[in-house]
Amino acid sequence: MGDNVIIRLQDISKKFEDEVILDKINLSIKDKEFMTFLGPSGCGKTTTLRIIAGFLEADSGQVIFEGKDINNVPPHKRQVNTIFQRYALFPHLNVYENIAFGLRIKKMKEKDISRKVHEMLELVNLKGFQKRNIASLSGGQQQRVAIARALAVEPRVLLLDEPLGALDLKLRKDMQVELKNIQKRMGITFIYVTHDQQEALSMSDTVVVMNGGKIQQIGTPIDIYNEPKNAFVADFIGESNILDGVMLDDFKAKFSGAVFQCLDKGFAVNESVDIVVRPEDVDVVPVSEGTISGIITSNTFKGVHFEMIVDIDNFKWMIQTTDYYPVGTRIGIQIEPDAIHVMKKSEYSGMFGDYSSFSDELERLSDVEQEEE
Amino acid sequence: MKKKSLGTKLTAAPYLVWSAIFIIVPLIFVLVYSVTDSQGNFTLQYILDIGKYKDVMLNSIWLGFIATVISLVISYPLAYIMARTTANVQRTMMILVMLPMWMNLLIRTYSMMIILQDTGIINTALEAIGLGKVHMINTEAAVVLGMVYNYIPYMILPLYSIMSKMDHNLIEAAEDLGANKFTVLKNIVLPLSLPGIASGFTMVFVPSVSTFYISKKLGGNTFSLIGDVIEMQFKSANNYNLGAALSLVLMVLIIICMMVMNRFTGEDDDGGVLI
Repeated sequence: MGDNVIIRLQDISKKFEDEVILDKINLSIKDKEFMTFLGPSGCGKTTTLRIIAGFLEADSGQVIFEGKDINNVPPHKRQVNTIFQRYALFPHLNVYENIAFGLRIKKMKEKDISRKVHEMLELVNLKGFQKRNIASLSGGQQQRVAIARALAVEPRVLLLDEPLGALDLKLRKDMQVELKNIQKRMGITFIYVTHDQQEALSMSDTVVVMNGGKIQQIGTPIDIYNEPKNAFVADFIGESNILDGVMLDDFKAKFSGAVFQCLDKGFAVNESVDIVVRPEDVDVVPVSEGTISGIITSNTFKGVHFEMIVDIDNFKWMIQTTDYYPVGTRIGIQIEPDAIHVMKKSEYSGMFGDYSSFSDELERLSDVEQEEE
Repeated sequence: MKKKSLGTKLTAAPYLVWSAIFIIVPLIFVLVYSVTDSQGNFTLQYILDIGKYKDVMLNSIWLGFIATVISLVISYPLAYIMARTTANVQRTMMILVMLPMWMNLLIRTYSMMIILQDTGIINTALEAIGLGKVHMINTEAAVVLGMVYNYIPYMILPLYSIMSKMDHNLIEAAEDLGANKFTVLKNIVLPLSLPGIASGFTMVFVPSVSTFYISKKLGGNTFSLIGDVIEMQFKSANNYNLGAALSLVLMVLIIICMMVMNRFTGEDDDGGVLI
């Protein structure tokens, strides 16, 4: 991965009818990197993408492409191409002509066009599909044609707006791997928009977590997961128990009525903090050996593990184990120092990370809402 | 496939009876009259007579074609703009387009006469500002104008319908791939709106070619269109057989025109869209 910045966003702000969509976004995107904008619906991720593509103009701020301000460059003159949410393939053209569309505008020779189209079809595993009608293709195949069409014109940056949202889970997983491979092989920058944190974590070099028109955190998937900056990020990426705590001293945090060893330092003595403990990092032990203990209020089998909701000191924890404990059992809890992550208090403190109202159904409902974006 | 139940068949019955009485039977009458004489004997005399009316017929088709093309040229950008504005503006514009259709064709054509005649509104205005009169009424141009005025909503509606359904992402995708505004129009918008064009073309062309009222009122007695000739056969000349023969030939010619037209729209079945 080169260290050259290909696109820089400077103080980008955007309003729609008085509603702030983007609030001073600053971001550097490196050449050849796979960057993902991750966030719930309405967080501004798609708007940011459309501003980079040129379909929207920012109210203020600059889009800088390789050192040049491209605010006034129309979409058809930008070296970026977009994969649209619903593919936007031209229904009156067949697969070949769809992929050749951009090449014909470049006035390439028919022989070169043909070579390029075949090369692209091979890249997306659609050999022999050139004569096919768009309407006769499945969702996954249409997606591949859209990728081939955008890559045929050799963009420097490919923008992908929730491209896998309409595919079923199995196909989505396959396409994730394939997209990542294509990105590596083509050696170009991908900017990917999604609300699916699994997708973001498994594909990206860099994840940009957004909410409320602001960037919450920028980092590698591992950083984002292990070192979330605030309660919003901790809650949005994976499952988290987020507790009110006090930093007694360096490496010493107090929460749930007990003192734990941790690896965090640099806080003021007795500073109020948010504590994050991932459900898979909690060790279940006999009550006598636990630092704290609680009663299991529900237990759901998830295949790989059991997911329990445990009432500890009137706070509902989510804990994942591979052993089965019946509901009503009192269990002891131990947490290793490296499993505890301490965050400064933020505007999101207290809003997330308590599983008292948690239900699978609710989660699924909110997923549907997001997909309609 | 599942066999249709008796109930399903029965519900279709009224429509079948309706179309038999009002579509099939009249067509058979036209066919029978056109190949018989006044005594009811078989003859091809009237069909062969039609050669005499070749000029009128070609002129009718020509004027109808011009009126249709003018309607298309006016309607296309209008429909495009309509489809891109806000819902409120769209509704208002739609009402403005439909409003004249709520008035009787006779009244609309009479008002056209009043506007165009030598002592009409336009000429009075032209004279007032010292430009002098322009003779407009009783010319072919006035007839074409009448056709455009009367039938243009039938062009706007299918075009608007197809353009408002067009996915805006397609236009963005084309721009994204390097197409400028003109290329987007030529390679994306135009081909995708062909079914609407074909539909509008049919709906303006057919009534324009066969009209008799517009040509009579706005063309005066200076020339007649095939519709006038047919009307004359059925009324003053009382020659049903020749009238039927003329109708039949006109119908065949229109069908041929439509088939040629539909070739351009390709295999897309989205054809007969109206709102």
